[in-house]
Amino acid sequence: MKSFVTALIGALVCVSPALAGEQEDCAVAAHLVTADYPLPRVARAIAQKELKVVVVGSASSLLAGPGGKQEAAYPARLETALGKRLPGVKVTVTTFAKPRTTADSMEEDLEHLVHSEKPAVVIWQTGTVDAIRRIDTEDFRSAIDQGVAAVLEADSDIILMNPQYSPRTESMIEVQPYADAMRFAAMQHEVPLFDRFAVMRQWGELGTFDLLDPTKKTDMAERVHQCVADLLADLIVQSAKLAGANDNHQ
Amino acid sequence: MAPPPVERDLRLDLFRGIALWLIFLDHIPSNIVSWITIRNYGFSDATEIFVFISGYTAAFVYGRAMRDRGFVVAAARILKRAWQVYVAHIFLFVIYLAEIAYVSRSFENPLYAEEMGIFDFLRQPDVTLYEALLLKFKPANMDVLPLYIVLLGTFPLFLWILLRRPMLALATSVAVYVVALQFDVNLPAYPEGTWTFNPFAWQLLFGFGAWCAVGGAQRLSGFMRAPVVLGLAIAYLGFSLGIVLTWYFPPFGHLVPKWLSDWMYPIDKTNLDVLRFVHFLSLAVLTVRFIPRDWPALRSMWLRPAIVCGQHSLEIFCLGVFLAFAAHFIMVQVSEAVSAQVLASVTGIVLMVAVAWLLSWYKNIERNPGTRPPDADLAGGEA
Repeated sequence: MKSFVTALIGALVCVSPALAGEQEDCAVAAHLVTADYPLPRVARAIAQKELKVVVVGSASSLLAGPGGKQEAAYPARLETALGKRLPGVKVTVTTFAKPRTTADSMEEDLEHLVHSEKPAVVIWQTGTVDAIRRIDTEDFRSAIDQGVAAVLEADSDIILMNPQYSPRTESMIEVQPYADAMRFAAMQHEVPLFDRFAVMRQWGELGTFDLLDPTKKTDMAERVHQCVADLLADLIVQSAKLAGANDNHQ
Repeated sequence: MAPPPVERDLRLDLFRGIALWLIFLDHIPSNIVSWITIRNYGFSDATEIFVFISGYTAAFVYGRAMRDRGFVVAAARILKRAWQVYVAHIFLFVIYLAEIAYVSRSFENPLYAEEMGIFDFLRQPDVTLYEALLLKFKPANMDVLPLYIVLLGTFPLFLWILLRRPMLALATSVAVYVVALQFDVNLPAYPEGTWTFNPFAWQLLFGFGAWCAVGGAQRLSGFMRAPVVLGLAIAYLGFSLGIVLTWYFPPFGHLVPKWLSDWMYPIDKTNLDVLRFVHFLSLAVLTVRFIPRDWPALRSMWLRPAIVCGQHSLEIFCLGVFLAFAAHFIMVQVSEAVSAQVLASVTGIVLMVAVAWLLSWYKNIERNPGTRPPDADLAGGEA
């Protein structure tokens, strides 16, 4: 059954070449990352040949931890992936990630960052620390709302990235309500969501990655981050195209 | 007001038993069987059923005790019960600690360095244990028993009023709910925030259940059986089903008008959102309408397993929380296949039924010597 589903999804992915990532296997989750909302500031930046991306997040945007090798984590890989997809455009991805920060405390940093960095798009990765600390989901939701509003206000686009799917700690950390809250916030504000939770769950279910592997080595983690970067780059490029298409219609 | 019925209503045990099964299924993460549970088809879930019936049976059992033997004896029995629930909660907490301690030593995948933050609680065992004993630190899926403890702790006073002035008691319950919502009143939690199930809000269901038990149900029966009410209940259940489906099929989310979603969301479980409460009431209207009190099937062998579980709710609830932990642990260690999920779910429910049966057997052998008054815990049931 599982292999049948894999084959079916694989076949679907192959007929839509635009969605095929660098690695065939992580593309099985590509249908979960769809460009629903445009990114007009990114489209503008691409037209001006300079795209500045800022990642605001917690430890899962760092991989090796603070001071570790940052090039292994998805933001650095995103820079490369976007560069390949946008020839001639100068792409920079800067990471502002602090372990153990909740959405509420990131939200304050976020306002400073958009004003000082003036990125075309902010990728806001959050939710896991809130789930661990069991922050009230209403408070979490209002922090997300404020953060998204502040970024849009400062004339940057924003992409929300929800928590990782972690089967091993699922019975201890209730991540789903936070992942859902972000999904809902993205819909309400009409901004793109990188549904990392759903994507990783799909990888886990289809066996793309063995997410229960107790390995201490980083190679599997690096492949996951590469896949995240590829899918994220596709989402950014397609959402920017959506903005371009909308402009043509007007 | 008419005197309350003397015989225990088996429908309560049946639905509480079913609620316990559903809570167990919902507590196993990534469990395909949990698709059958009611939370996927409407706003409210098994927690509402459990809290309402617990309030009902508490008033039924302890109300008799308070009438027959006075306030002090009844209050003492209620507080003894609260103490039992407290001990059960701490027991479950120890099992939880054992599991995270094991995982923290055996799982160090760098991909999940961030998720390992859950083990920070182990680094300060003094604080964690202290906060857990105060019911401020509550791990995931362990929020219902602390709510139950607080509800029972304040129940003697509520029951005293309820037996004298039922409408005043109900009005007080509603007033507390409204004030809690209006002014954001809740108990503090550790490391931060407030309780996941706000006792000031959820007491409404418990109090309403208790009110129904002392004659409120008869008072409402005309209303509950009115065709208009039935129609409204069915319409509301349909509406709720439609909304919930858009959560699982996000493309349909756009079909919900913006004014409606702005008004409706968020549907707050912490504070027992009115939409959830009304959903529960609608289910209750249908249940009362289509399942009569003397429904023959209630005496049949087929419903016996659920009824037996419902009659030992505290033990079976705790067992369910433990079994959900264990099921997830086994799924992670051995297999996550769909067949393993189904097997774990079915095995869990079979174990719950088996233990409930064992408890009934114990109760019978303890009662037979005749040391306890026959009126205690009517018909083998408990509060």
